[in-house]
Formats: sequence, structure tokens, C-alpha cells
Amino acid sequence: MRRLALPLGSPFTMLLLACSFALAGYAGVRLLDGDTVGVLLWFVGAALVHDLVLLPLYATADHAVVRAFGARDRRELTGYVRVPAALSGLLLLVWFPLITGQVADRYRSVTALSPDGFAARWLLISAVLFAGSALLLLLRLTRERRLRNATKQRPPAAH
Amino acid sequence: MPHPDRDPRLPTSPGFWRSPLRGPWLTSVLGLVLLAGITVLFVTGLVSYAAYNPGLSPVNDKTPGKGILGFFLFDWPTDPHWLYRFTQGVHVTLGLTLIPVLLAKLWSVVPKLFALPPARSVSHALERLSLLLLVGGALFEFTTGVLNIQLDYLFPGSFYALHFYGAWVFFAAFVAHVVLRLPTALRNARRLRDTRGTGHGRDDEAAELVSPRPAQPTVSRRGALGLVGGASLLLFVTSVGQSLGGVWRRTALLAPHGGADPGSGPGGFQINKTAAYAGISAAETGEEAWRLVVSGSTGTVRLSRADLLAMPQHSAALPIACVEGWSTPDQWWRGVRLRDLAALVGYDTDPPDVFVESLQRQGAFRRAALRANQVADPRSLLALDVNGEPLTRDHGHPARIIVPAAPGVLNTKWVARLTFGDL
Repeated sequence: MRRLALPLGSPFTMLLLACSFALAGYAGVRLLDGDTVGVLLWFVGAALVHDLVLLPLYATADHAVVRAFGARDRRELTGYVRVPAALSGLLLLVWFPLITGQVADRYRSVTALSPDGFAARWLLISAVLFAGSALLLLLRLTRERRLRNATKQRPPAAH
Repeated sequence: MPHPDRDPRLPTSPGFWRSPLRGPWLTSVLGLVLLAGITVLFVTGLVSYAAYNPGLSPVNDKTPGKGILGFFLFDWPTDPHWLYRFTQGVHVTLGLTLIPVLLAKLWSVVPKLFALPPARSVSHALERLSLLLLVGGALFEFTTGVLNIQLDYLFPGSFYALHFYGAWVFFAAFVAHVVLRLPTALRNARRLRDTRGTGHGRDDEAAELVSPRPAQPTVSRRGALGLVGGASLLLFVTSVGQSLGGVWRRTALLAPHGGADPGSGPGGFQINKTAAYAGISAAETGEEAWRLVVSGSTGTVRLSRADLLAMPQHSAALPIACVEGWSTPDQWWRGVRLRDLAALVGYDTDPPDVFVESLQRQGAFRRAALRANQVADPRSLLALDVNGEPLTRDHGHPARIIVPAAPGVLNTKWVARLTFGDL
């Protein structure tokens, strides 16, 4: 008969975690005081949205780029798309409220600053990132072609 | 039919995760960076709470139910005058800079999230539960912080309460995680530095991280770390200018208080809340209408702006520094010393605390308390002018408080009443 009971594991770990849960509980009661369901949704939801939506999304996108380069047998060039896309996507993720303009009215009335430039600046930064990456890729491909031609034109070595 | 543990189409199978980058070295290096960075974030966050002097008066305290979580509170000093500008600039800029490191760290350990069996022992089960607090807490803190500095108040409650109590829930799990993992992380970072190796089979940790059927690499581990560092650098250089000011503000291309200053001239520096937003009408701030009411132990006096200008005027070069992380360089304020106003109402020596009320009818900080050490500082003013001209409406005309090292919201604008006395 298989034993169903779990072994206890490390007593030190259990003591440490008991302390940790006690402190988290003390603060957690205060955190949940008010909109309990809302806060729980945000707390647990943040982890779930990251692990089950954001990460699979960018991993799938990355996989598609790798496959596209793999089809041409040039997987090592993936970074020329991955790096600018990751940086541009990160800026969008962090500054989403300002870039999309969803806080534009409040932003203008609170700060007396113009809310209009954020989307344009994000697009310009993205353009610079992708253009820079394209330039580097072009240089690399040109250098490779020149090297290949040089090797072809070299006369066979005399023995 | 393959065993569910082994079917590589399922994320519960180690074979599902094919990146050759994952391994103890990468996770350990990212973990050590976060250990240092998050410790600074936590400390500067607690310091920011202390800077509000929450123990002085209920109006300064947005988390009155804190209990022992406020054990560290201390009287906020006025020296150096850039103290809050520095600590809060570090808190927000470092937080933004650490976002790529946090995301990379979570990516590096994601196979462990799905690993089966769910628990090998009771202590292992508890540890996984603790990881929910760790990951949920980290994402909760970064998300609420990033939204708050963009004035996007989507979160369910007061930012101060959510960010403060959330930080303690997170920190409880963070300390446990550090105690359990730091020795391994240090060993991995040291042991594998030379080889950038994968450390197969040393322990269960490595087995859970290293892919059993790694795909062809498209980037080296060094390259991946370079991407994370580059992303951090990009966020840093497009944000830090909003805490430096001057020409640097132009470099903060996406930060909320980066780019341009609002207007030009003596009042052309960053504004926390405009007069229009605060609901201050010109009718109540005019020369005829506005009177400052000052109360103390010997009674109450009412002063017009002209009366205040007739008192001895003093200058102080002080910044505005917001909890949102942005700040201005020192501005040249001129007005009446708070301690001179205290002397008018019976406190000739040893000025006491002061309770400040604004003309604002709403807003979390329309009333604020300043401690005796802040009142006594000769640089603490009821400012009437800034940079050689009368205050603009958006900077608090007819009169505003300016105190060295105090958070922006305690530098009350459109002051209507000062009540001196021990709070």
C-alpha cells in the first residue's frame, strides 16, 4: 500500500516559513482591509497574468522569430530582431498608461504638461532601435559576403 | 501514451522548456542583483514613509493601522536639504531600472512553477506557497508603483496603503527566500563563473532549471545578461533625468516629469498639482479676499499678503521632491520664516509643531503637520516669491510652505491657516 502522507521535510525551512507567514499575515490583514476581493485579485492576478499570459506571449513571439531565421538556417541572427523588439516592448509595458494616452486628461490638468508626446517618443525610440539593429545586420551580412567572395577568388593553394 | 511528466508538450514536463540559457548560474546572478536592488528599494520605501512624519498627526499618516510595521519611524531631519529628493529619486529610478531584471529572473525560473509533483514534502509545499507571496508581491509592488507615478489610479484602494502593506507581505516572503536560497546562489555564481556551465546534477535545483533537451542556442548566457543589462540601462537613461532636472530633464524621454518644464520664466518648474486641478479660484486668493490666519498660545492674528511682505524676508534655495520620484533642482524661495510666524503668536523661543491648512477643499494633503525641528529650521519659509517673482498660482500663490528635505506634499500650497502648538 502506497503511503499518502507527505514527509515533513526540513524543520528549519518550516520554522522559517512559519515566521514569514506570520509577518505576511500581519501585513496581509491590513492590506486586505478595504477592498478585500479587489486586492486579492490584484495580488494573485499579477502572478497569474505574468506566468500564464505575458510570459507565454513573449516566449511564443520569440519562438516565431527563431523559427523564421531557422528556416533560412541563420538562427544566430535572431538577436537582430529580438533585441530591439524586447526593448521596445519593455518600454511599452512600463509606460503603457502614458503612451496610450489613457491618463491624458488627468495628466494635463494635474501637471500642466502636454500628454501628447509620449506615443511619438516611444515610436521614435523604437524606430531608432530597429534601424540601428538593421544597420548592424546589414554590416554583418556585407562583411560575410565580402569574406566569401575573397575566399572564392583566392587561387588554389600550390603544394 | 507517454507519462504526463514526460510528455514534452506539457509545461509540467522538464522537456517542455528548451532554452539552453536556463540554469543555476543565470538564475543566481539575477537573484543576487535583485537581492541588492530590492533591499535598497525596501529601505528607501520605509524611509519615504518616515519622511511624512506619520507619528506627528493623523493627517500625515495614510496607514494609521500599521501597528508594529511602523517600528522604525523617526523624526525626519531637515539636513541635508536634498535628502528626500535623493532617497525618493533612488527609490523610483532604481525600481524602474530593476524591472528587466525581475522579468528575466521570473523567466529563468518558470519551469519550477509547473514542476511536478506539486510538493515533495510539507516544507516544500509551504515553500511553494511562499513563492506565490514572493512573485505576486513583487509584481504587485512594481505594478502599483509604475501605475502611481503615471497617475493611473487603477489599483483597488489608496496607493499609500497598498504599496506599504504590500511591501511588507512581499518582504516577509523575500527574507525567507533569501535565507533559503542565498547560500546556493553565492555558490553557483562563484563556482560556475569560469565555465558559465550548467551545473548538471549537483542538486535538484539545477535539475529543475536546466533543460533536459536544450534547443540550439541563439545567444550566449553573457549575451542574454547583456540584453537584460541593456534594457535596464535604457529604462534608467530615459527616466533618471526627471529626478536630476536642468538639461537632464530633456533626456527623460518617457518619464512622467521628463521632457519639458511647464512654461518658462521664474515659475517654469515642475508642478505637483495645478491650481485648477486643486479647485483654487482667483476670487479667494486675491489681495482683498485672502488672509492668513495664524494661531498660537497668545491668540490669533490675521495677515494679508502685504502684511507678510512687510515682515523680515528671508531666502532659501530648496528643491521640490515628489513621492513619484521626480524633483526640481533648488529654487530660490523668499518669504517669512515659519519660526518668525510662531513668534507672532507666543512662541518667541523654541517654536513648536505647526498644523497647516490649505484653501484646497479636497485632496489627501490639504492639511499637513510639520514637526518642531522643521519649523525651527531658518530655511523653512512661508514663501511669497520664487526665483525673484511672486509665486504663480500653480506654485501656491498667495503663499506656500517650503521646508528643507520634506516630501513635496508637505510643502502645502495656497496656505490659509497655520496653527502653532504641540501636536
